Amino acid sequence: MDERKTILDVKGLRTSFFTDDGEVPAVDNVDFHIRQGEVLGIVGESGCGKSVTSLSIMGLVPSPPGKIVSGEILFQDKDLTKLSDKEMRQIRGDDIAMIFQEPMTSLNPLFTIGNQLREALKIHKKDWSKSQIQERAVEMMKLVGLPRAEALLNDYPHQLSGGMRQRVMIAMALLCDPKVLIADEPTTALDVTIQAQILKLIKNLNERLDTAVLLITHDLGVVAETCERVVVMYAGKVVEEGPVHTIFNDPQHPYTRGLLESVPDMRFKKERLYSIPGNVPKPGSIKVGCKYAARCEFAFDRCRVEDPALYQTAEDHKTRCFLFDPKEAESHDRTVVES
Amino acid sequence: MTEPLLKVEGLKKYFPVTGGMFGRVKGQVKAVDDISFYVNEGETLGIVGESGCGKSTTGRMLMRLLDPTEGKVTFDGQELTSLSASEMRKARRDIQMVFQDPYASLNPRHSIEKILMEPLNVHNIGDPKERKRKVHEFLEIVGLSSYHAKRYPHQFSGGQRQRIGIARALMTNPKLIIADEPVSALDVSIQAQVLNLMQDLQRDLKLTYIFIAHDLGVVRHISDRVGVMYLGNMAELADTESLYEKPLHPYTQALLSAVPVPDPDFVREEVVIKGDVPSPANPPSGCRFHTRCPFKMDICSQEIPRFAEVEPGHSVACHLYEECRPQ
Ligand SMILES: Nc1ncnc2c1ncn2[C@@H]1O[C@H](COP(=O)(O)OP(=O)(O)OP(=O)(O)O)[C@@H](O)[C@H]1O
Ligand SMILES: Nc1ncnc2c1ncn2[C@@H]1O[C@H](COP(=O)(O)OP(=O)(O)O)[C@@H](O)[C@H]1O
Ligand code: SF4
Ligand code: SF4
Ligand SMILES: [Mg+2]
Ligand SMILES: [Mg+2]
Repeated sequence: MDERKTILDVKGLRTSFFTDDGEVPAVDNVDFHIRQGEVLGIVGESGCGKSVTSLSIMGLVPSPPGKIVSGEILFQDKDLTKLSDKEMRQIRGDDIAMIFQEPMTSLNPLFTIGNQLREALKIHKKDWSKSQIQERAVEMMKLVGLPRAEALLNDYPHQLSGGMRQRVMIAMALLCDPKVLIADEPTTALDVTIQAQILKLIKNLNERLDTAVLLITHDLGVVAETCERVVVMYAGKVVEEGPVHTIFNDPQHPYTRGLLESVPDMRFKKERLYSIPGNVPKPGSIKVGCKYAARCEFAFDRCRVEDPALYQTAEDHKTRCFLFDPKEAESHDRTVVES
Repeated sequence: MTEPLLKVEGLKKYFPVTGGMFGRVKGQVKAVDDISFYVNEGETLGIVGESGCGKSTTGRMLMRLLDPTEGKVTFDGQELTSLSASEMRKARRDIQMVFQDPYASLNPRHSIEKILMEPLNVHNIGDPKERKRKVHEFLEIVGLSSYHAKRYPHQFSGGQRQRIGIARALMTNPKLIIADEPVSALDVSIQAQVLNLMQDLQRDLKLTYIFIAHDLGVVRHISDRVGVMYLGNMAELADTESLYEKPLHPYTQALLSAVPVPDPDFVREEVVIKGDVPSPANPPSGCRFHTRCPFKMDICSQEIPRFAEVEPGHSVACHLYEECRPQ
């Protein structure tokens, strides 16, 4: 069992958007936790609620139409969902920092890189002198492997390549030694050779600084390569959670299994790809039963009327599927799933 | 040996770079700079490379959606690069394109029936009744239903829209389909559906594909041969097996070693390359990869390496292999 202490604990989180069609729960009763210094991956297809989960933690859900309807986000004994905007601003960028998919959306094109780093520092380090702030900015630029750190501080974002901008974003996120770094698809917009550099950097910083990282991605390769534990999301719910080795070598949930079988592997040629039938559902469109039932080859009557719970299947593994309900196991032939 | 279906020789596309007050031409972006390759009937040639290396520009030139700056494209014995606009329109019946973003490439105001009917109207194929029948037939072929014909693009999911894009490309019974990132915008579970569909169609309709993508796993899965582009050049081209198992060009080696693999126990052989891709407006001298290459020699910044065969069916542009080549 992992002895590291839990640093962020998300419990029963439900974040909805209130639209003309009523309440659309983008994140629906989500539970997970991150331990100190750990890299946790959240993986899932588009629209499954990955970004809304991270925005909920950061207190950045666009409101209206969005709102955290219920649940707790516990960070150092504080429930972040209960904090005022002012208290949340103190935590954001200081204890918990975030990097986004497209660095240009969070860098201001009108200000130099140095200007933006210094401003971000001033918010949290009010008693620092000018030279302390400048020194820290240069130090962080060097830490993320940017060349000519000092000169680069005078450049504008558009003068940098995509990979360099993402490095600047990481430098900015790490300015105040955050305890948790949330990275939402940090390499999706980058080329693979640059992606490899950035993932290496994130892992390296995680090890050196003991920062916990929540890495959100749709890329199973990125998860396998960087994360210790994985949360798989589908249609706003956590469907499986476990250590990276078990998730990839012995996946339990039919969706996780299907997903892993359907990705082409660069190392060898599969004759034919397994393909999950049907489409990724829109959030809120499936009201009763297991959200995966319409696409699941193991679905049975109960799946269409009842919502499965997240069953504990091993000390550190959970699966939201009736096939793993101890009550079902008696009546059901488990070999179907094991095959 | 039979002639290849498509033959590309010395293809170039330079875009002017304009700037300043009067929009004067300041220089050129060498988007595609002297590439040659062929595609055999019934096979799939994959083209991979990082963003901006010239994949789409190459695809568009083959269709003559863009006119090449230089070079020759021969398709089915006919030199496309010398055809007049009206002759080219006719030739396009045999070459069709599938795009990355199925939403942007389907007119939102037209019903699916109208969208699929259009290529038949343009090429004057069949009478109205036959056209309608064909639309329904192809909808079924790509895994949709004929009742979908009356719907509009926004009523479909991304994967379904890509099926419509493929159906549209098939309407004129083409021989060659150029697919530019056809699954890049799709979710993993939907990607597999579309890849399987494309493979089935190839087998049933004897199609030839040029499959452009940046995902090396997808390209390995679908291609018989693969070309790797870097900054407007073809760095390496070989049959899929040799390219992935025995990559020769240092860039291909680096690219393959950078791809994350869905297996936490996998231990990679790391070929780390530094820095970013240089700008194609100001490409490095000699070998365009020399600014990042771990094996760079003196000659590399001075002389452009020849793109030539070093083993049967395996071509590479790199000075490391200069001695291996038949002169
Ligand atoms: N109309 C144009 N005018 C000027 N430059 C262009 C034009 N079209 C493309 N380019 C440039 O040519 C180069 C090759 O572009 P191209 O679109 O072929 O790349 P690509 O390999 O398809 O990239 P991606 O993977 O991002 O789709 C790029 O540097 C691009 O900026
Ligand atoms: N600002 C918003 N307004 C309304 N709905 C939203 C908004 N942002 C996200 N959603 C809904 O929440 C769902 C989950 O979104 P998101 O978390 O961004 O997915 P992803 O897993 O791709 O990051 C989306 O399908 C979308 O319908
Ligand atoms: S609960 Fe039923 S439908 Fe859902 S994943 Fe399990 S077997 Fe499939
Ligand atoms: S020609 Fe030289 S620089 Fe270019 S890839 Fe070969 S060894 Fe590297
Ligand atoms: Mg997202
Ligand atoms: Mg392109």
